[in-house]
Amino acid sequence: MTATLRAFMIKEFRHILRDRQTLTILLLMPLVQVVLFGFALRSDVRDVRLVVVDPSPDHATLALRARFAAAGRFRIVAVTPSMQTVEIFFRRGEGDVAIAFDPAFAARLESAGPARLLLAVDASDPNTATTIQAYARTVITSYEAEIGAREGQPVRIVPEIRMRFNPTLESVNLFVPGLIALVLTLVSALMTAISLSREKERGTLEILLVSPLRPWQIIVGKVMPYLGLAFANVLTALLAAWLVFQVPFRGSLALLLAESLLYSTVSLSLGVLVASRTASQRVAMLVALLATMLPSALLSGMVFPVASMPPVLQWFSTIVPARWFIIIARGIMLKGVGLEYLWRETMVLGAMTMVLMTAAVRSFKPRVA
Amino acid sequence: MILNFRIVRVLLRKEYLQIFRDKVMVRQMVMMPFVQLLVLSSAATFEVKTAQLYLVDRDHTAASRGLVDRLRASGRFRVVDASPSMELAGEALLKRDAGMILGIPAGFERDVVRTRSASVQLVFNAEDGALAGVTNSYAQQIIAAHSHELGATLRPMVVEAPLIEVRTRGWYNQELDYSDYMIPGILVQLLTLVGTLLTAMNIVREKELGTLEQLNVTPVPRGAFIAAKLIPLWTIALAEFAMGLVVASWVFGVPMRGSLILVFIAACIYLVVALGIGLWISTTVDTQQQAMFISFFVILIYLLMSGLFTPIRSMPQWAQWMAELNPVKHFIWIMRAVLLKGAGLNDVWRPLGILAVSGVVALTLAVRQYGKTAA
Repeated sequence: MTATLRAFMIKEFRHILRDRQTLTILLLMPLVQVVLFGFALRSDVRDVRLVVVDPSPDHATLALRARFAAAGRFRIVAVTPSMQTVEIFFRRGEGDVAIAFDPAFAARLESAGPARLLLAVDASDPNTATTIQAYARTVITSYEAEIGAREGQPVRIVPEIRMRFNPTLESVNLFVPGLIALVLTLVSALMTAISLSREKERGTLEILLVSPLRPWQIIVGKVMPYLGLAFANVLTALLAAWLVFQVPFRGSLALLLAESLLYSTVSLSLGVLVASRTASQRVAMLVALLATMLPSALLSGMVFPVASMPPVLQWFSTIVPARWFIIIARGIMLKGVGLEYLWRETMVLGAMTMVLMTAAVRSFKPRVA
Repeated sequence: MILNFRIVRVLLRKEYLQIFRDKVMVRQMVMMPFVQLLVLSSAATFEVKTAQLYLVDRDHTAASRGLVDRLRASGRFRVVDASPSMELAGEALLKRDAGMILGIPAGFERDVVRTRSASVQLVFNAEDGALAGVTNSYAQQIIAAHSHELGATLRPMVVEAPLIEVRTRGWYNQELDYSDYMIPGILVQLLTLVGTLLTAMNIVREKELGTLEQLNVTPVPRGAFIAAKLIPLWTIALAEFAMGLVVASWVFGVPMRGSLILVFIAACIYLVVALGIGLWISTTVDTQQQAMFISFFVILIYLLMSGLFTPIRSMPQWAQWMAELNPVKHFIWIMRAVLLKGAGLNDVWRPLGILAVSGVVALTLAVRQYGKTAA
């Protein structure tokens, strides 16, 4: 490493260290995200508010109501005789589900005909609605099974369920690998893009270009400090995940760090590419946001499974580096596998690095237009 | 504070000119709603199309084949490989060649006939938790239906009429279309990005370029300057919102059951909050980079805690209280209630009131803060 390059890198480091506000946020962000994801972002449904529509209460409807109340998940917020009230509860967001008994419920139950009831769910949130429906059906079925204990049992196939690699389906275990990808993207791609285009906007890039530094040295010098910062972030995120949530770490830490380095390089190349193709910080930021952050957050399988996406987006997601990195990170952290299983994904990232790096260095013109 | 309307008008002209001169920026702003709506609404789903199943059938009887055929016929499961070895199956999970294993033990048919109860093994790759959960519930449903049918074929004389007939109805969204639910929230996210991020960046840019200082020494009063900065972004954000609503309705068929006027009033109020936060951020930072980072940080927390992706009522109590202070949460709630459920003013006055109060508070704080730093 030449002395000029070293001096330039020291200057870049000082730039970052001097800006306390950005530094604080950069260091704090992964921590806050891990905590938020771990504590607050759950999609399990608890405390379902139930509206009971019971025009003619009898012993059977009362028994079933008691069943719901005892089920733990349901809280009866109102008992009304008519369906009209349900609408108001749903619209105000004060009720999630309604069961409406038909008149003469007990009488029907004891005679031959089936007793009818209507299960109305506020389906504006389809995910929650489906879950609530399933809960309610379970309560009704178990009640039905109890009163209808007929002779002879039905055939039962009992599935033994095993969730490998994440037995409790703990969401924080799944988010942490994705989070690392997101933070790395943010620091590597976004920060680099902005920092480079800032020099451009202020005209200081011109000064750098007439200095004895070679163009590649400028890029390396710009990029190295952010690489260091990204590394610090990976470590803090991992530490927080491990200390606060006991997220398992089954594989090799060295391998994960090496892969993070590879992924950072991809992101950094993207950042440089964006910066050299745009004129101002604002545009660089918007492009970087659209080209790196959104795909990394949405199309990588971090939150929403890639397999659920329409084919076009699935195809598109193969060119999103974060998708491959998340497979790698999950493989290492949750499955404890090594390179023998992850070589394909690693190769993809490696190829991406080559392509993007070449494109970035090419488009980084040592001339000011 | 008396606003000099002539000054405001001149400044406004300058702001609009400046914004529309930047062609890349304008293109981005026009594209953003489309890209976001298109990508987010189709990507943000947990629905599982086909799961890749590895079959370990150690029974090889009519009953075990029947179960597999049934799973296959549902269209949700595709048998990618089969072998009698659980080890090989586990290997396939590790390699991600298969998403789940169905293990049918030897003696499955015998158990079904003799004891009327048999067990099968379902092993999922829970590396992708949401996927595993959904696939699991599909598999369970199909297995339950199959066992019911097996019971009927083994003992055809008993007609199993249900005692209780349950009809299920999903209100407001019969087809359980996830994009109907997501799109109103995505529009809110869009307004937040435009409102907060662009405001913060816009003012800080003048700071960074040094033109803010020049403006400060002109006779332009503070109020006029702030008004001239905020009004263009306010109108642009509203225009984007309108555009987003049109796309949502025409391209995605999102229902608009309630009053659109009410939605727009809510958007106007919400934007005041978003702009206020943006203004406040711009007073605390010196560079665009900082502005972007702080906005990003604030917006991220707001969005994650807003119920856009995960329901607020699943959060722990402290997070739910925090969410009460979150303007994004209230606006998303209003959007969903009005658009999907047709809620009127008497259903949404409370969150609307909270938004209005937050708007006043945010703007006042920001303007005062601005005064302090400008002095």
